[in-house]
Formats: sequence, structure tokens, C-alpha cells
Amino acid sequence: MDVGNPFLNIAIFLAFVVVTLVIVVRVSKQNTTVGDFYHGGRSFSGRQNGIAIAGDYLSAASFLGIVGAVALYGYDGLLYSIGFLVAWLVALLLVAEPLRNTGKYTMADVLSFRMQQRPVRTAAATSTLAVTFFYLLAQMAGAGGLVALLLGIDSATGQGLVIAVVGALMIIYVLIGGMKGTTWVQIIKAVLLIIGTALMTVWVLVLNGLSLSDVVGAAIDVHPEGARIAEPMLQYGASETSKLGFVSLAIALVFGAAGLPHVLMRFYTVPTAKEARRSVSWAIGLIGAFYLFTMVLGFGAAYLVGADAIKAAPGGANSAAPALAYELGGTLLLGIIAAVAFATILAVVAGLTITASASFAHDIYNGVLKEGKADPAQEVKVARRTAVTIGVISIVGGVLANGQNVAFLVSLAFAIAASANLPSILYSLYWKRFNTRGSVWSIYGGLISALVLIVFSPVVTGSETAMISSIDIAWFPLSNPAIVSVPLGFFLGWLGSVTSKEHDAVKQAEMEVRSMTGAGAEKAVVH
Amino acid sequence: MTDHDPESHLPPHHNPLPELDERAPGYRTVTAEEFVAAQNSAEFAELRRRFRTFAFPWTVAFLAWYFSYVLLSTYAEGFMSTPVLGHINIGLLLGLAQFATTFLLTWLYVRHANRNLDPLASKMRAELEGDA
Repeated sequence: MDVGNPFLNIAIFLAFVVVTLVIVVRVSKQNTTVGDFYHGGRSFSGRQNGIAIAGDYLSAASFLGIVGAVALYGYDGLLYSIGFLVAWLVALLLVAEPLRNTGKYTMADVLSFRMQQRPVRTAAATSTLAVTFFYLLAQMAGAGGLVALLLGIDSATGQGLVIAVVGALMIIYVLIGGMKGTTWVQIIKAVLLIIGTALMTVWVLVLNGLSLSDVVGAAIDVHPEGARIAEPMLQYGASETSKLGFVSLAIALVFGAAGLPHVLMRFYTVPTAKEARRSVSWAIGLIGAFYLFTMVLGFGAAYLVGADAIKAAPGGANSAAPALAYELGGTLLLGIIAAVAFATILAVVAGLTITASASFAHDIYNGVLKEGKADPAQEVKVARRTAVTIGVISIVGGVLANGQNVAFLVSLAFAIAASANLPSILYSLYWKRFNTRGSVWSIYGGLISALVLIVFSPVVTGSETAMISSIDIAWFPLSNPAIVSVPLGFFLGWLGSVTSKEHDAVKQAEMEVRSMTGAGAEKAVVH
Repeated sequence: MTDHDPESHLPPHHNPLPELDERAPGYRTVTAEEFVAAQNSAEFAELRRRFRTFAFPWTVAFLAWYFSYVLLSTYAEGFMSTPVLGHINIGLLLGLAQFATTFLLTWLYVRHANRNLDPLASKMRAELEGDA
């Protein structure tokens, strides 16, 4: 496939990197306190934060992965869009505001609030690191695929090198900018991404007389599966097992978003619970609009680029969106869309890295190892070192996961978040009786069961598309573990709680009153 | 965009933030007894009731609606493939309806929270913190 002019692609991308780096350096000049590094001084307005949430959430998986999935499998790809969006209602109705009122920096602050600090903090930080790692894998794989397409780099070594460069860049953003710098990169990127995809969507619709039906019809005309792409179960209908896998995926998507640590952390960057609510409603509006675009873009790519051409392109399904941009607007639009996609990967990866490093430094280093007495400057130093370590690990993981559909990879991160984090968050906020044992069992139970089922699923070994196709240790048939691990997480949370007598009624009262009223919550205060 | 301070439009007290566990001077810490008393108050019961009678049933409702869509897509392919308008079938239409209901519920919740939750929550917070 013709991929436009590699030099122009790289030039547009570099221009973006330079501009955002300048912004990051500028906003981070007073980046001195721990609070500034983690949550940007809690200074963002609800709308800014909502756009940043959208920037954090609309990852390469959403853009490259969903468009690719719709282009190849039509209707079945749409489930990602719908699940990723509906999931926000869990966050809006149940999680965002009470979390903002109760916590300070990380998910563990809330989970350990009325529990014994050390075990719960350790558990929460462990699951934060696990979810972040899987999410990073997806972004890095997306970067590999994208560059493969843009530069026509087919060799695994070449793509691996590019993944390493992306990883290095993201470490720089995080180290220099902290949360404030990262938030600004996310805001800029979200605006660019939504404008870019809106433009392409309108373009595709105009080509078809503004009729969605005609876009679908055009895709049906050229797709090898014909009318099947507008009908369910093209991808998942092969057997009862694969159908169950689809249901499992749906569970992971809808319960995962409200358990994603990097999204939860975004609720702390606003001054009040009301602003947290405004953030989420802005995010829902933007994210919903974007996913409506991906539906049009997916069917558009199916007929303008063609399913076979997409499959054959370097980067596979992930190249559908950039290839569509090239069909529509030639080299220039491809360059712009590719730069936006890169920006997306950089921004999301930076957000994930901040979250993981904050969690390690704040929860493990300060909370557990130093018993909360660490010098704040030392804590930030640890956070920065962690960011570098995570960057390196994710580069290695990204090289391994290169070539997988990134929407699918992210669904694994969602499954872990839904199994390990969400049960504990909901119980903590809404169940009086919940206690330390329940929390620890629920987090580790959900986390370990999800991880084990993923490792022994066809995703990792034993199938043609597996990460390691040379061996076969798969015995769990579903490609997403949520249908087993999410109920298990909830069940273990309940079981742990009812088998332990430990209960801190006073702290529970404090947590509940705080979560509902915001009383005593850390607010931004006059110095 | 880079030249102006991104926080310039926010009230001054939004920034900067104190260090880790420090409270700003003048901040009155709410005691544990006060939290317990607040939790047992009729006012708090009313706030909790207003929150839960909205959030819980609506959560059940949207989850039921989402999973109906998923299960119909999985096990009622024929029904979902029934054409409605041109190439748009029932499944695609219900998928679009999922977007519409998500936006609608967001709007309903924000309205409910602004009208019915915020005034009571701010009142309780002010009482507890002594208008700190």
C-alpha cells in the first residue's frame, strides 16, 4: 500500500513533538511540590479536565483499534465503541465524585481509607501497576503499527527501534512536565483528535450524500463478507465459545473504565466534586461524539480502503484509520492524522506512566516502606525513577505485543481493572461492612484470576495470532477473562468481609460523610 | 495558548497546593466524633437517600439495557439483522440508541445532582468545617 511521503509524515510528527515539548516546559516551571507532580496543583477546571480525560481515554486503541475492528468486522467492532462509552455512566453515577471527595492522589488512598493501610495500599498499588502495564502494551503496539505503516518499515527490528524512541519521548514528557504538563498535552491532543476525526467523518458522509445507510451500503458492496458486516457475530459467531467470549468482552468494557487507575487519578486534578462531575459529563460528551465518528470511519475505511488491503498493510487492522486518511486527503491528511495518532499514543502513555509512578512512589515507597514519613522531595525523586523504569519495561512489552489489534489489547487492561479494582472501589464507597480482608481478597483475587486466565488463553499462546505462537499452554478458551474474574472479584470481596470481624466504624463514618459532602476533603487552599 | 497562565481564570485559592499531609493554616480539622454524629443525622440520611434513589436504580437500568443489547447481538442475530431503513438494521439502530441514552442519563444525573444534592451537601460541609 502507498503510504504517502515518509519525510512529510515525520516532519509533521516532529513539529508536534516540538510544540508540545515547549508547552510542557513552560507550564512546568513551578513544578516543585509533590502535589504539582501528581495532580497538577489540583488546579484544572471541570471543562479542561473533562477534555483531558477524553485525551487520556481516547487512546490509540480507540482510534486505530476500533476503526480497524469496524473496517474488518463491521458490527462486532462497534461493541468496543458502545462499551467504552456506556462504561462512563458507572464512573459518573457511582465513582467520580465520592472518589474526588475521599482521596488525595491515587486509587489506593480511597481503598485504604478505612482499612489497614499496608496490605490494602500494597494490593491497590500492585493492581494499578498491572493494569497500567497492559494498557501501555497496547499503546506501544499501536505506535509500532502506526510507524510501520507510515514509514513502510516491515522489519520487526525497525519497528522495535521506533517503539523505543516513542518510549523515550514519553519518559521525557513525564519527567519534565509532571501531571500539569501531561494534562496540557492531553488537552491539545484531544482537541486535535476530535477535530481530525470529525473532519474525516464529515468527508466520508458527504461522499455518501450525508446518509449513514449509504456508507454502510458502500461497505457492504465491497466487503468480502458482504451484508454480514452490518450484522452481529461476524467475528465472534463461529462457536458458542466465541460468543461467550463476546459477552465476556462486553463485561470487561462496561465495568473496566471506572476501575482504570489513570482515569481515576484524573478526578484528583480538579478542585471540587462538582468539578469532577462536570469533568465526567464533558468527557462523556466528547468521548461519545468521537465513538460515533469511529463508526462512520470504520465503515468508510471498509469501502474506501478495503478489508483485504487493510489486512495486508504493515500494521494490519491498526492501519485502517491512517489508510482512510490517505484515501480521502492524500499525503497531507495522512501526515496530520498520523501526527494526531502519535500524539495520542504519547499523551496516553505519559498519563499512564504518571499514574504508575505516582502509585509506586506514594503507595509503596512512602505509604508502605516509609510508613508515610518520606520526605516529599524524596517521594518525587522515586516517582521520577519509577517513570523511567516503567518506560523501559513498556518498551520491551510493546515490542512483544507488536502486531496485535490494540483495541483488543486494551480490553485486557479493562478486564483486569474491572476484576481487581472496581469491586473494591464500589464496596469501599457503598458497603458499610467491607473491611481489610475483603478488600485484599477482592483485589488480589480479581487481579490474579484475570492475569492467570489471560496467560492461559489463546491470546498469549497456542493460536496463530498469539503473542507467543511457538508454544501452546492455553486451556482457557475465552480471549477475555472478565466473565469469570469480575464476579470472582465481587464474590471474594464479600467472602473476605463476612469472614473477618475487623471493622472500623468510626473511619467508615468519616469516609461516608466525606464522600457524600466533601467535608474534610483536601481542597485547594490559600497558602 | 502557551503565553497565558492556564490557571489565571481560577480563583486564587485553587493553587498552589500544600505539601503532602500539611493542612493550610486556619483549616479546622473535623473530628471523628463529628463525622459519626454527621453520619447519624437526619440531614445526612436525607442526602444519602436522594443520592442513592437516583444512582442505584439508574445504574441497574442502564446496565440491563446495555446487556440486553449485547445478549441480543450475540444470541438473536436474525432479529438484530432485520432491516429498518436502507442498510440500517435493528442492531445498528439499538447501538445508536445506546449512545443516545448515555447522553440522556448524563444530562439527567447532572441536573439531579445540581438541584437536589449540591445544596444539601454544601450546607453539611459548611456546618462540619465551620466555614473554614
